[in-house]
Amino acid sequence: MILAGKIWRYGDNIDTDVIIPARYLNTSAPEELAKHCMEDIDPSFAGLVKSGEIIVAGRNFGCGSSREHAPVAIKASGISCVIAASFARIFYRNAINIGLPLLEIGEAVTCISAGDHVIVDTSAGTIKNCRTGEIFQAPPLPAFVQEIAQAGGLINLLKGAKA
Amino acid sequence: MAMTMTEKIMACHAGLDMVVPGQLIQCRVDIVLANDITFPPAAKEFFRIGRPVFDAGKIVLVPDHFTPNKDIKSAEMAKVMREFVKANAIKHYFEVGKMGIEHVLLPEQGLVAPGEIIIGADSHTCTYGALGAFATGVGSTDAGAAMATGQTWFKVPSSIKIELTGTMPQWVSGKDVILTLIGKIGVDGARYQALEFCGDGLQSLSMADRFTIANMAIEAGAKNGIFPVDAITEAYINGRVHKSYRQVAADADAYYDRIIRLDLDALVPVVALPHLPENICPVSEVKELAIHQVVIGSCTNGRLEDLAQAAAILSQKPVHPDVRTIIIPGSQQVYLDALDAGYIETFIRAGAVVSTPTCGPCLGGYMGILAAGERAVATTNRNFRGRMGHVDSEVYLAGPAVAAASAVMGRIAGPQEVSQ
Repeated sequence: MILAGKIWRYGDNIDTDVIIPARYLNTSAPEELAKHCMEDIDPSFAGLVKSGEIIVAGRNFGCGSSREHAPVAIKASGISCVIAASFARIFYRNAINIGLPLLEIGEAVTCISAGDHVIVDTSAGTIKNCRTGEIFQAPPLPAFVQEIAQAGGLINLLKGAKA
Repeated sequence: MAMTMTEKIMACHAGLDMVVPGQLIQCRVDIVLANDITFPPAAKEFFRIGRPVFDAGKIVLVPDHFTPNKDIKSAEMAKVMREFVKANAIKHYFEVGKMGIEHVLLPEQGLVAPGEIIIGADSHTCTYGALGAFATGVGSTDAGAAMATGQTWFKVPSSIKIELTGTMPQWVSGKDVILTLIGKIGVDGARYQALEFCGDGLQSLSMADRFTIANMAIEAGAKNGIFPVDAITEAYINGRVHKSYRQVAADADAYYDRIIRLDLDALVPVVALPHLPENICPVSEVKELAIHQVVIGSCTNGRLEDLAQAAAILSQKPVHPDVRTIIIPGSQQVYLDALDAGYIETFIRAGAVVSTPTCGPCLGGYMGILAAGERAVATTNRNFRGRMGHVDSEVYLAGPAVAAASAVMGRIAGPQEVSQ
């Protein structure tokens, strides 16, 4: 899958409480969650984010709670993929399970800034920064995890359906 | 080949003779857990699969986060769980009145045993590692899928050995052990890894201390925290766990990515400053800071031993007039035991409120939300921005003794300051 979009840039340890605060967890409707996505760290995000845009963050993105509402809120807000130096493990599973592509590229994230445009090839794991021309390589997903991603999530895989 | 505790449990549940870190495996699970927030989306995914529940006796559902229902939407979520329980004859469901905070309740009710694999749609599911089980938090989709298949996939984590020596000094508890460790290795210091605790120091750790320590393994990014099964574990599970189980011990020559030694004698009461659990500071070095609220409870510190520490302080002096102190026993049994021990009367006479079990304030749900600029000392597990309320409020994490002493002094204070 080829994704292209403008970058929203965040720092280290972005936790699931700021991605979607618990005060909004009395619903799991994706469109409701999207209205409050990133609210406690960037109140402008939900109002300005456009479909296809991409989040780039630092270390340990998605740390904290197991709430799947966090990747659901990000996906429903229109974000096409998240690139980070590293991901917290429950968030990582949850994102794969619901079909939100993730790329982990370590310290190379420092070469991508807010407002940059990037082109991502999720199959090849490559990210091209259109401003600088630099290309970054994420390590390939393990085969089984790729199967989940390609099916569009865990449930689709279990049902034997392709998204 | 030699294996760690985590590797042995995983190999056994995957039907393999051995596993190695990094290996992707499919494991059967002994318990699948969900709560009132994570269950409705899990049920939705479960129904999409179109199979019956794999075992109505191995799914545990606990409405503890926004219950007793805090608003209409929360009531609807609790109702989704209740109706599912009836329709699928789920054996282990705890209605308000029987309900406790899930990670206090499951061990207390004997629902988790050594050597088991437990997954829960709640990040603090790692608490059960205190009993020598492999327990880890997952999302709703993983939980929903496991409710249908009785299985889940894992990447085998590498392990970090935490070697504990010595004995904890007075007023130091399991909370200070785990906060000090997180301070050393950071909030992603054990990311994707298992924390395996061992050493002579274990002898001075009660089950309550071990639950607190395993509970916050996730706060170091760990997949799980795990303790060996010893006489203290056996004394706890005897008469509680009525199913057969297969406990494991690490091989003497198992491979660990890293070994960290922690001398319990050298520990002091600490707090985690906002806004990360790794921002550790000895209580004695915290600058004078007025506080507005104290919360004592949660899956981290809502057990009888925790309330005993708070009662020992609050029986000396009442709560400071500028502080709201909210004490939440972790289960109905803890509540009853605290009542019998006289702790509840101590709390009420000291000017604290005592609530029915709920996760409420810990995650900023209800029952103690902070306004802008307010500060709380809490025995909970996370002090992220906005965790307990307004985005400009602050949470300081501490053990029950420090929290109670702070409630009395109206500022962050050590337990020995109360009697001075």
